[in-house]
Amino acid sequence: MNAIYILWLRQIKRYLRSRARIVGSLGQPILFLVALGFGFGPVYAKAGGGNYLEFLAPGVIAMSILFTAVFSGIEIIWDRQFGFLKETLVAPVSRLKIMFGRTLGGATVAVLQGVIVLCLTFIFGFRIYSLAMLPMALLFMFLIALLFTALGTAIASVLEDMQGFQLIMNFLVMPIFFLSGALFPLTNLPKAIATVTKIDPLTYGIDGLRGALIGVSHFSLHTDLLVMSAITFILIIVGAYLFTKIEV
Amino acid sequence: MENIIEVKNLTKKFNGFTAVDNISFSVGKGEVFAFLGPNGAGKTTTIKILTTLLHPTSGELHINGYNPLHEHNKVRQSFGIVFQDPSLDDELTAFENLEFHGVLYGLKEKKARRDRIEEMLKFVELWDRKDELVKKFSGGMKRRLEIARGLIHLPEILFLDEPTLGLDPQTRNHIWTYIEKLNKERQLTVFLTTHYMEEAEKISHRIAIMDHGKIVAMGTAEDLKKQTGKDSLEDAFLKLTGDGLRDENASAAEGMRQHRAMWRR
Ligand SMILES: Nc1ncnc2c1ncn2[C@@H]1O[C@H](COP(=O)(O)OP(=O)(O)O)[C@@H](O)[C@H]1O
Ligand SMILES: [Mg+2]
Repeated sequence: MNAIYILWLRQIKRYLRSRARIVGSLGQPILFLVALGFGFGPVYAKAGGGNYLEFLAPGVIAMSILFTAVFSGIEIIWDRQFGFLKETLVAPVSRLKIMFGRTLGGATVAVLQGVIVLCLTFIFGFRIYSLAMLPMALLFMFLIALLFTALGTAIASVLEDMQGFQLIMNFLVMPIFFLSGALFPLTNLPKAIATVTKIDPLTYGIDGLRGALIGVSHFSLHTDLLVMSAITFILIIVGAYLFTKIEV
Repeated sequence: MENIIEVKNLTKKFNGFTAVDNISFSVGKGEVFAFLGPNGAGKTTTIKILTTLLHPTSGELHINGYNPLHEHNKVRQSFGIVFQDPSLDDELTAFENLEFHGVLYGLKEKKARRDRIEEMLKFVELWDRKDELVKKFSGGMKRRLEIARGLIHLPEILFLDEPTLGLDPQTRNHIWTYIEKLNKERQLTVFLTTHYMEEAEKISHRIAIMDHGKIVAMGTAEDLKKQTGKDSLEDAFLKLTGDGLRDENASAAEGMRQHRAMWRR
């Protein structure tokens, strides 16, 4: 066993033990699928958009990954407040390894959550268009998870306590979700919105996931993959840098 | 006696406020050395610098022959630490907490690691609770577990920052018994801070009294009493540090902790 593995394992164990958190976090995706999927579905179909649930499901899966991932990253603040962070920072392990282990663990947890939501969408009638594309879908889920766990880690490294958390949720995470094309197609958007969606990294994650799951995407999968990988890479570097600067 | 901790002209400033003010001292191998001082004296800050958690503003340091500024990991491998505030993962079991520590400290071989964890859990009398989640533990059990954890990787030095604060007399007594045993049987060097004079006097070979970031006196308990002409360490301490209240500078978390500890007494 090595340091990265044990840090990863810790995140997984904590996740699997928090049954209430797992069940609780399924409420929101179910609500989105029911209220939007069934509520908007008929209007969407009448406007010529096709099956809205099919369009929406990848967005909802990405949503739960986004929230779980940011939350996993932000958990560093808890660890700081409950003192456990000191135990890891005083160990003879480089901060880079600690950051990697945590981020991989957080991302794995977010992917697990995403897979649970994917299974949920089946109950609501969602179907994958090609089983062969499932690995591609998982890859996009993992990239979304990794990107936003690293973002959460970066944010948590500079926040002193949970006071700023609400601010981050309302002014960063929510806009990232709502302006990503999770809920609406990227065609025929007003110019301003179109620009915002293009600089939102989640847009590419969801587009790629949609391409892999239902075979329809706005950009090419190559573009999505390239943009997601590049931003994930940058955020991991930034997160790792900020993490090495933490003082306790 | 060979010195295992050497500190020369150590200073730490936080945005212009001097928390540790040009202190020098050394601790011999196998010695039990206590920092005694009012709240905000700079004890925890000193420990954080010695244990690589904070960078000093200036000064020279050697821990187990290594320089904490350049040889982080060698220094870190040399000591175990029990922090002033709890630092366990409440969502893991006692065993898992120690396993996590063992792996981080490079105990790669599973059997050896598990044997070591078993030995230490038995030492602090928590072996039969090893599979319980730490959140179900009392404050005293958590402290014992932290001591066991600090010893897993066979360190040369054990740092204890107010290890008995807020605990009942029975637990305090147990904890000091463990520490004494480790020191006598394995020549473990112990660096501790405490508020309790009688504990400092009973367990330590030498005591440094710290106030406003400075070491105002250092020596055996007898030395300190002689130096001040008092017959108890408490009177010597008050004579050296004055009897004014010292909680103005305490940080919010520290303040809350003190408050809690006060109500528990
Ligand atoms: N990170 C920090 N930033 C600013 N001031 C600090 C910080 N840590 C400690 N201090 C201040 O330094 C002084 C010494 O604190 P500390 O070392 O915790 O004292 P002790 O452990 O002896 O009670 C206190 O006045 C405290 O408020
Ligand atoms: Mg202190």
